[in-house]
Order: sequence, then structure tokens, then C-alpha cells
Amino acid sequence: MSNAASSVDSISCSAAFRRPARLKRALRKLAFAASIVVIVSPAILVFLWMLSLSLKNEVDNLAYPPVFIPSPPTFRNFVQVFAENSLGLYFWNSIVVSGGATLLALLVGVPAGYGIARLQAHRTTVLILIARMTPALSYLIPLYAVFQFLGLNNTLTALTITHLVITVPIIVYIMAGYFETLPKELEEAALIDGGSVWAMFRYVALPLARPGIVVGTILAFIFSWNNFVFGAVLAGRATRTLPAAVYNVLTFEQLAWGPLAAAAIVVTLPVLLLTVVIQKEIVAGLTHGGVKGA
Amino acid sequence: MRPTVTSTANISNSSALRAAFLRRRRRDFRLFTLPALVVICAVILFPWLFTVWMSAFDWKIGSVAHFVGLDNYAQLATNQRFLEAIGHTFYFTLLAVAIPLVLGTWAALVFHREFPFRGVLRSVFTMPMMATPVAVALVWTMMFHPQQGVLNYVLSLAGLPPSLWVYSPTLVIPSLVLVEIWHWTPLVMLILLGGLASLPTEPYESARLDGASEWQLFRYITLPLLAPFIVVAAVIRTIDAVKAFDTIYVISQGGPGTASETINLYLYLQAFAFYNIGNASAVVVVFFVIILALALLLLYVRQRAKWVQ
Repeated sequence: MSNAASSVDSISCSAAFRRPARLKRALRKLAFAASIVVIVSPAILVFLWMLSLSLKNEVDNLAYPPVFIPSPPTFRNFVQVFAENSLGLYFWNSIVVSGGATLLALLVGVPAGYGIARLQAHRTTVLILIARMTPALSYLIPLYAVFQFLGLNNTLTALTITHLVITVPIIVYIMAGYFETLPKELEEAALIDGGSVWAMFRYVALPLARPGIVVGTILAFIFSWNNFVFGAVLAGRATRTLPAAVYNVLTFEQLAWGPLAAAAIVVTLPVLLLTVVIQKEIVAGLTHGGVKGA
Repeated sequence: MRPTVTSTANISNSSALRAAFLRRRRRDFRLFTLPALVVICAVILFPWLFTVWMSAFDWKIGSVAHFVGLDNYAQLATNQRFLEAIGHTFYFTLLAVAIPLVLGTWAALVFHREFPFRGVLRSVFTMPMMATPVAVALVWTMMFHPQQGVLNYVLSLAGLPPSLWVYSPTLVIPSLVLVEIWHWTPLVMLILLGGLASLPTEPYESARLDGASEWQLFRYITLPLLAPFIVVAAVIRTIDAVKAFDTIYVISQGGPGTASETINLYLYLQAFAFYNIGNASAVVVVFFVIILALALLLLYVRQRAKWVQ
């Protein structure tokens, strides 16, 4: 499109039409700049408003007309949610659950992705896609009943197991796709040298697949971290994950906006940071599979 | 496995030996998938089957289950509240698919051109997509507040009367769609941006020689060529919108009354507020059929999109 614009301009700029064309071009540039602002500003403004709410005291947060810039900014809200609402505990719960579910998924999912890629079993990935499209609540009812039966409800173990519903399909899907792009010749060479299929996987394919593993790990972790409903249903008061805790504990104990916004930032900041780290790969992984968190 | 045949042919000349070798390797590769298969059976396949089985029972947690056959389904067919929930879901989905598609196409066209800070601005634009839905929903809840909310202040700046937003039965679904648009337009944009990057340049060059306007280029070249990608984005968006739960649950809890109660919200209440497991399982099965149909549509469309390319 950039070539398109410039070549049209160069044609219309010639000789007689010079002045109106220049005006037209300026107008067009202005319209384009305006559309960039219109497109990007909602994203920026909501996050800035979130930040503003978290850095203001309650009087300013409830003022009308709204106070936009905190003066002076205060970190009291952040201190409060960690000190009084044990956000630290929930943060740790989230790390244990999402970290555990991601590690377990890597353990079973990476070899599976390899097997699927080398067997060219494309139908398995279809099954996994369908699994990813099923609403999370559908898994929750049976698992809830089973955990109730086993006495595992309200434990981090039950939550971690349930989060496998999110992490395993992502890892298998991304790894199967990634291993398929790796050249088979190297593995064949290892096999001819007398190695086993396992050695071929362990010493040839696995090291090559590192970039794919990184992307799969981060995506699985993010979607597990963002999940709300598993924690909301399966966790007890002390075992809630961060999103469930922020909703259940904070909104019921207090309706103050500052601490709520501070907690919302604590929940979502790790994800946004991870996203920045592998921006390009995430985009490729997401748009290629058309998959997102349950 | 076909490409490997040529390279392994060097070591085993006899075709019988080679066949045995390949069979053994396939068996080894199957072993690789075994652990994941076990996990998937336990946490995905088992819940599916259990749900279908439970939908034939009248069972509340803590009581004895009674076999009732298809009664749960029969009840759903005449359950006013459930039927309304289906209506709300389709209304929500229609808006939450159509608007992000239009805005996402526009955004993709903009980001396809070169301009200063394009990379940074694109990252900023895609931030909502990855943000934790609950965190974002809490901020929107505060923004929607009729008295202290910043959105009504924005309306007043534009000279418009204040709105009740999610506190109004008629406006609650459009308001929730607003959050959904903000959240997921970036995904549509990214899919279409990938599409735009893959388009050929020749049609544009010849059309420009013929004196086509920018609008004509878009209408008669870009749009038809982009169509397969738009369809893919539409189907993905549809599946996500039908499944929407977090933002609706956090912002409106299906209210006011039942004005924004979608299938997913109704399901949640049946299962985890009333512990009506049999009934909820039947809801899951109906819901599942709807989503499965959409998933198959996605795969079908993806296949066709590949051909068009």
C-alpha cells in the first residue's frame, strides 16, 4: 500500500495539477494520521486510566469531573493490596498453578508434538483444535464432581491438573507445527549412525526446537495465567489464583477503586511483559493456529 | 513418511527389511504421543463422555442421581430462560463479530502502510488481546459506572446525555460488546495483516495504470483477495464470542435481571450456583453441538482458504 500511495502521488503531482494535488496529499496525510490516533488511542487510554486509578487516592478516584493525572501519585494502593488482601499469596498460587501446568504440559506435549509431526498424523491436531474451542466450563462440571469425590477440591493440585486442559493442547499444537518445519535429514543421519529414535529426538530434534518450545511455553503460561473460571470454581479461599482472587476477594471485601485497579495491574503486568518479549512469535503462533485460551 | 524412504534405502536394500524398519519406527513415534494421549484422555476426553452420561440423570451434588433419559433436554426445549439465553448469545455474537471485523480490516489497512513508530504502535494496539480478561473487565466496570464513571464524562464532553451502560437492560449487551471489541479487534487485525502481506502486487500496478482510485483498488482488488482471511477471522471471532464468559461474568453477572445472560452464564449458574449437574450437563451438550458445528466450519473454511491461495 505504501508503494501504491507514493506512485499515485507522483503521477498526479505532474505539472498542471500541482497545487490542488499538494493540498489533497496533505489532507490525505492528515486523515491517515487521524485514523492512526483513532485506532490506537482506545488501547492506550484504557491502560492509562487503569494506571491513573491505581496511583490516586480514593477521593480523587471518585471525583467528578474525573481527576486524570494523579497529583501527587501514591503507591498506597499497591502496598495495601499486598499487605491487607494477601495478593502475594495469590500471586504465588498463580505461579505454582500456571508454572506447574505448563511444565507438565511440556513434559508430555513436546514428545507428542514430535510424534505427531513425524507420523504426519494431522487428524490428531484437529481433535486438539476442537478441544481448544470447547468452552472451559464444559470441563469444569465433570472435573469438579471427580475432585469432590477424591476430596481434592480447594487444592492447588486439582487446579494444576485442571489447567492442563489449557496448556497441553497449546503445547502439542505448537510443537507439532514446529517439528514439521525442521528438516528431517539431520535426524536421518543420526539414525544411520546407529542411534535410537529416542536419541534422535533427544540430541537432534529437541535442541533444534528450542525457539518453538519458548513460544509454546510462554503462550501456555499466559493463557493459564489469564484463566479465571477454574480458580473461581475449584479453589478455596487460600488456594485461589490471581484473577479469581482479584474478583472474589477484592470486589466483595471492598469496593474501593484504587486498590482494585492496583490489583488489576499486578494481575496483568506479567502477561504484558511476557508479550513484549516475544511479540513477533506470539503473533505468528496465534494467527497461525487461530487458537486462544479456553 | 514417504520422503524418508529414499534416504533409508541406502542402508537396507531389501524392501522387506526396510518395511520392518519403518514399521518399528512408526511404533516408536506412537510411543512418543502416549503420555500426552493419557493426559488428554483424563482431562479432556473423560469430561466429554462424563458430561454426556450425566445429562441423562437428575443429579444435584450431594444427592442420589436418578436416570431420567432425555428429560433434561426436553425441559431445556421449553425453558424460557434458557431460550432467552440462546437469543442473548446470538445477539451478543452478531455484534461482537461484525464490528471487530470492520474495525479490524480498517486497522489492518492502516498498519499495512509504512509510518513512523509503526512497530511500537502495533504492539500497543495488540496489548488488549493478551491482557488478563478479569483485570480489564474490572477497569471497564469502573469506567461504566453511571455516576463516577469516566465514560459518562466523555459523553458529557461531547454534549451527549449520560448513559446507564451496563445498568440498563437494553444497553447492557451493546456495552459488553464494546469491551469485546476493544479486547479482540487486535486479533482480527493481525490475521488480516498477515493476509495483506501475502497479496500479489501485479493487480494493483495494472489497475493503477488504468486510473483506478484508492477506493476502487480496495473494493475490487483488496477486498476479494482478502476474503479468505476475513472468513477465517470471522469464524475464529464467532467461536470466541459464543464462548465469552469472563468479561460478562465480572461486569454484569448476566444482569440486570437476566438481560445479558448468555448460554455460558446460564450454564455457570445451573452448575455452580444451583449444583444442578444433570441439567447443566444437558446445557453443555447443546452448547457443545453449537460450538462443534462452528469448529468444523472453521476447518472447512481454512481448507478452502488454502485452495484459494
